Amino acid sequence: MKRTIIIFIGAVVVTLILVNVFHEETYYNLKLEKLKQEYAIKSTSPVDHSQFEELQKDFSSPQEVTEACISCHNKRHIEIMNSSHWNWERVSYVEGRGISSMGKRNVINNFCIGAQANEQACAKCHIGFGMTNDHFDFNNARNVDCMVCHDNSDQYMKGASMAGYPDRSVNLTEVAQGVGKPNKHNCGSCHFNSGGGNNVKHGDLENALLACEREVDVHMAANGMDMECVACHTAENHQMLGRLYSVSSTNTQRATCEQCHTTTPHFDNLLNRHNAKVSCQACHIPVYAKVNATKMEWRWSDAGRLKDGKPFEEDDELGNHSYMSIKGSFKWAKNVKPDYVWFNGTADHYLLGDTIQSVPVIINPLFGSHDDEESKIVPVKIHVGDQIYDKKHNILIQPKLYAPEKGDSAFWQDFDWATAAEAGMKRVGLPYSGDYGFVETVMYWPVNHMVSSKEKAVSCAECHTRDDDGRLAKLTGFYLPGRDRFKTLDSIAIFILFASLAAVFGHAALRIVTSIRRKRYDVEIIDYQSEK
Amino acid sequence: MRKVYIYKGFERFWHWTQAALIIFLALTGFEVHGSFHIFGFEMAARFHRVASWMLIVLIVFAIFWHFVTGEWKQYLPTTKKLKAQILYYSIGMFKGEKHPTKKTELSKMNPLQRLVYLGFKLVLVPLTVISGIIYMLHKFFDENNMVIIRDIPLGSVAFWHTLGGFLLMIFLVVHVYMTTTGHTPTSNIRAMLTGYEELEDEDEEKESKKTSENKEQHK
Repeated sequence: MKRTIIIFIGAVVVTLILVNVFHEETYYNLKLEKLKQEYAIKSTSPVDHSQFEELQKDFSSPQEVTEACISCHNKRHIEIMNSSHWNWERVSYVEGRGISSMGKRNVINNFCIGAQANEQACAKCHIGFGMTNDHFDFNNARNVDCMVCHDNSDQYMKGASMAGYPDRSVNLTEVAQGVGKPNKHNCGSCHFNSGGGNNVKHGDLENALLACEREVDVHMAANGMDMECVACHTAENHQMLGRLYSVSSTNTQRATCEQCHTTTPHFDNLLNRHNAKVSCQACHIPVYAKVNATKMEWRWSDAGRLKDGKPFEEDDELGNHSYMSIKGSFKWAKNVKPDYVWFNGTADHYLLGDTIQSVPVIINPLFGSHDDEESKIVPVKIHVGDQIYDKKHNILIQPKLYAPEKGDSAFWQDFDWATAAEAGMKRVGLPYSGDYGFVETVMYWPVNHMVSSKEKAVSCAECHTRDDDGRLAKLTGFYLPGRDRFKTLDSIAIFILFASLAAVFGHAALRIVTSIRRKRYDVEIIDYQSEK
Repeated sequence: MRKVYIYKGFERFWHWTQAALIIFLALTGFEVHGSFHIFGFEMAARFHRVASWMLIVLIVFAIFWHFVTGEWKQYLPTTKKLKAQILYYSIGMFKGEKHPTKKTELSKMNPLQRLVYLGFKLVLVPLTVISGIIYMLHKFFDENNMVIIRDIPLGSVAFWHTLGGFLLMIFLVVHVYMTTTGHTPTSNIRAMLTGYEELEDEDEEKESKKTSENKEQHK
């Protein structure tokens, strides 16, 4: 009777354990449902600009539109003129550099190098009109371009190399009457096409996001939540949340996943715990450049080759330029696994005139380490290449690339590095020795978009593995279970374990042998006695 | 010889559950460690945590049981006959000598067992369990959204936990083998399964002692 009870209890316990272990409960994530509900409601404009009297006219210049905007929104231009979208610089404290002013005005990048001396072309992505050179008046509110961000008629576009002015085909009246909250098209017109083409720079921001599936991005998916950029990159007084570390330096005003999803978004504490040291992006962006390729390498040193005295272009198998006479050779990649770095939200930048300390030159060193409390593992796109530099002064050169016509020292017209370097450096007020070469450069792009759902997220064993191709195989300075071990402890312990196994078997063998011998001895004695 | 009820019901339940849990924890734990692949890292980590909570609960019950039954006294260390016990395992056993210590309900363990099991209970298990709990709660978000246990490097926690794991495996090997050194090779295991073991009577003991003494005198 007692035995039956015990067996019964045992069976119940075992069943309970098995049920618990193998049963997968379909959780209903209330936190997530609440967010979905919140963002499913799309805001509609409380006003119809097409009915405003001020906008019922033919605008002869885009500045007139801005004047019309300011006539009602009479303080907004001040906010804009305090923003980095307008100023292209920001004063901040940078580790190892102190308080300094940084932005597109004095940093360079690993793509088209820099805006200095090329404003006419680069200002296509400045929220102003008429930035033709370094004499742009940042205090003139008339030059603020409200439309580039607020056009909801989907027809506004800035002209190519028109110093930030709209294309001549744009009907300013229609645009002015159709303004509203910024949408994907507004932000994307610059942020998707930066670097001279779709998805060139970021890898995780591109035109495919305008209408993508959930597999590409769970937030922006047309068949999903269909969220706008500004849903996360919220703004107060035109100060946008979100930091782009090609120009930013501080761990402030960042747009984070946690602002909506909290630091504990999973049911599983084991996963939540990771957030202390691992960013959400690290697991939820398994690959970037999911639809179109992104530029991974840009070698300026190859630029300038001509066919029959004329510039030419070559394409790779994906249809992207692999060579352009004006820019050099490129490598593109699709569905790229990110690299991973420790990052605490602060970064330095190579500023024009900085002496080259080490090769490759890191254009934007991201700060962070495992031991730093603020640091987390973040996914990055690492863009490599080479750039022109002054061999004697040991500084990177800002070349003059763009000019509307030949004979103005611009590389894209004359294909002469010597004159382009001289003209560019003269414009930025830096010395140029005349002796130029090319130096390896690296740039880091934290990957934050093209977020995958939990089904597609990075799985545990992709990092927790001893394999050399584990995602975190190269990231050192901390103990990662499954990847790391104490080799001495392991070898000594395994040695002792096998030694004890050997000892046990040896002992057992000896026992068997001696007991057989003893038995034979006993048998012999008995035999002897019986004979007696 | 007499048949004695030596291991109580709870004791047996505790022993075998603990054995099963420790073996399961070793399988999952060393998979997390990267030694081999059975369940896959994710499942191994999850199973390890579930099993570890079960073991902790079991240990709490076992501690309670040891104190209320007074069984903890079994583990009081003694050096008396310790040397004899070691000599028995290393030499005497091969000569067919008898156990130098007698197993009774009141003293189930020989001095060597007392020492080893006391070490198991006071050093090995606490080392592994405490390092395991720290491991489990390392960089955990508490109710106030603060990250707790962030100042102890995970590496050192993992070091002690791995050390504990290896020591437990070494213990397991030796322990399993030592169970065969009873009256017969299976008598100890059978006792731990059924609770009953055939132990020598005190009279028998005296008699056998006498006979051996006699033999010596004859020589």
